[in-house]
Amino acid sequence: MKIVVLVKEVPDTYGERKLDLETGLADRAASEAVLDEISERALEVALSFADSNDAEVVVVSMAPESAAATVRKGLAMGAASAVHVADPALAGADLGLTARVLAAAIRRTGFDLVITGNLSTDGSGGVLPAMLAELLDVPNATALSSVEITADSVSGTRNTDDSTMRVSTKLPAVVSITEALPNARFPNFKGIMAAKKRPFETLSLADLGIEPNDFSVAMSIMTAIAERPPRAAGIKITDEGDGGTKIAEYLIANRLV
Amino acid sequence: MPDYPADSILVLLETSPGGELATSAAGLLGAASLIGTPIALAVVPPGQAQALAEQAAAAGAAKVLAVETNSTQSQLTVPLVDALEAAVAAVDPHAVLVSNSIDGRDIAGRFAARTSAAIAVDAIGVSRDDEGIIAHHSVYGSAYSVDSAATFGPLVVTVRQGAIETRADARPVALEQLDVHASGAASATIDSIEPVIETSSRPELRGATRVVSGGRGLGSAEKFALVEDLADTLGAAIGASRAAVDAGYIPASHQVGQTGVSVSPQLYIALGISGAIQHRAGMQSAKNIIAVNKDPDAPIFEVADFGVVGDVFTIVPQLISALAERKR
Repeated sequence: MKIVVLVKEVPDTYGERKLDLETGLADRAASEAVLDEISERALEVALSFADSNDAEVVVVSMAPESAAATVRKGLAMGAASAVHVADPALAGADLGLTARVLAAAIRRTGFDLVITGNLSTDGSGGVLPAMLAELLDVPNATALSSVEITADSVSGTRNTDDSTMRVSTKLPAVVSITEALPNARFPNFKGIMAAKKRPFETLSLADLGIEPNDFSVAMSIMTAIAERPPRAAGIKITDEGDGGTKIAEYLIANRLV
Repeated sequence: MPDYPADSILVLLETSPGGELATSAAGLLGAASLIGTPIALAVVPPGQAQALAEQAAAAGAAKVLAVETNSTQSQLTVPLVDALEAAVAAVDPHAVLVSNSIDGRDIAGRFAARTSAAIAVDAIGVSRDDEGIIAHHSVYGSAYSVDSAATFGPLVVTVRQGAIETRADARPVALEQLDVHASGAASATIDSIEPVIETSSRPELRGATRVVSGGRGLGSAEKFALVEDLADTLGAAIGASRAAVDAGYIPASHQVGQTGVSVSPQLYIALGISGAIQHRAGMQSAKNIIAVNKDPDAPIFEVADFGVVGDVFTIVPQLISALAERKR
């Protein structure tokens, strides 16, 4: 079985994240780039299945050339190979183009199962897994908080806002997982050394036969961007035995109760 | 074929497993009313269209297109995408509004991919200018405001739950049955559905006007009751930091922040929360922030309108009794 895991490089949420106000693009120099934690959990689902079953795990990412080291972390964790779609024409790609590119890369790689995170920490879009399922013409089973994979099927528990459901499907399929699933394993020294020898393929849009500036396809474009003024700190007092009373007075004075 | 207004905005209504209109519907219809004429799509079990149409009209739907089917009980996502495709073909709307819920995102995503429509996700508002529909977004934990629009064709928008305050005026009930041709697209099977029964009388965290949140500073699941006491005094929803969730003080559904729920209440009270950036990302758009923490250097004080450095276990009971005193 071939399992494709989508991985994404994101700005570290522990630091300040910036958008370039000229271009509207993420300012990648402003913060440290890391492999998204939910991508790592998705990879862990695939690797733990592959630990005891016959499965090949491939990580696939669409990201600038500079993200190669982050994608490589997937190899160090245990993926057999990596496919990195990097093309300058993808800067600022909307969700439609992103989905078409990733679907083309996944189709080219071949797959029985695609595993992704439910939401990236930067875009928080959460629509790509379903978009990919549609483009790949396979079922989607998203937001799974538990996943059971067999040779020809996948099933799991899906918690929506108002229900808990059990879902299942034959393969091929696209699933997305939530952070209820376990943390990822750390790459060990052996993995890091082995990763250097594993196939790492870098693809351009031409390799995938995708024209990024196809204006006959509807696109979502950014029309305005502004930085919100940072929130200013207000009053800070040290409790001298009347802290609770002071908060009550503040709430009353500001008509909050 | 019936005519629809030229400025139609199609709203996909979600229903609870019990067949009630989901709480997101009022905000979606309110948003649609700001930019055009709200036309609703409801996919319901056989026999429930009339009841749903009445609820939707009361919330502002000028017309309700209804699909009566049991297929959504057994097949995930695809029957709803098929219904949406049929409704969009009939109505030719300027925009399609869908809740940014787990199901809503899947339906919107598959629909946009199927029809090559432009998609805007997690919008906190919509507007219209000379060139068409604009979606407003708040990104990187509300550090930036970003607008987006479609180059052409309808813009598919997933709308953040609780973000739209506008409510549309009630309209007379106008129900129309919609015929749907099943696409036959492969879908996952729903083997079982258990509704989540909300046992609490407290407001839901998402969309709450007041939130009291607790962090690791509460020290234990038992002592987390202090957060509940203050929340009950204020009629507030209960939130938590990831640290408190990870420590097992409270279930993950209460987590506020980057990977939890984003809230924008009138009042946010953070108790024993240090204020890691992920937490702040989920709450710093609150109108008023109050923080209590032992550590004077806790980052939560950087965003608090009123901060008290001290022990939550003496300060909060005093606050509760001061508020109780006032009520008397």
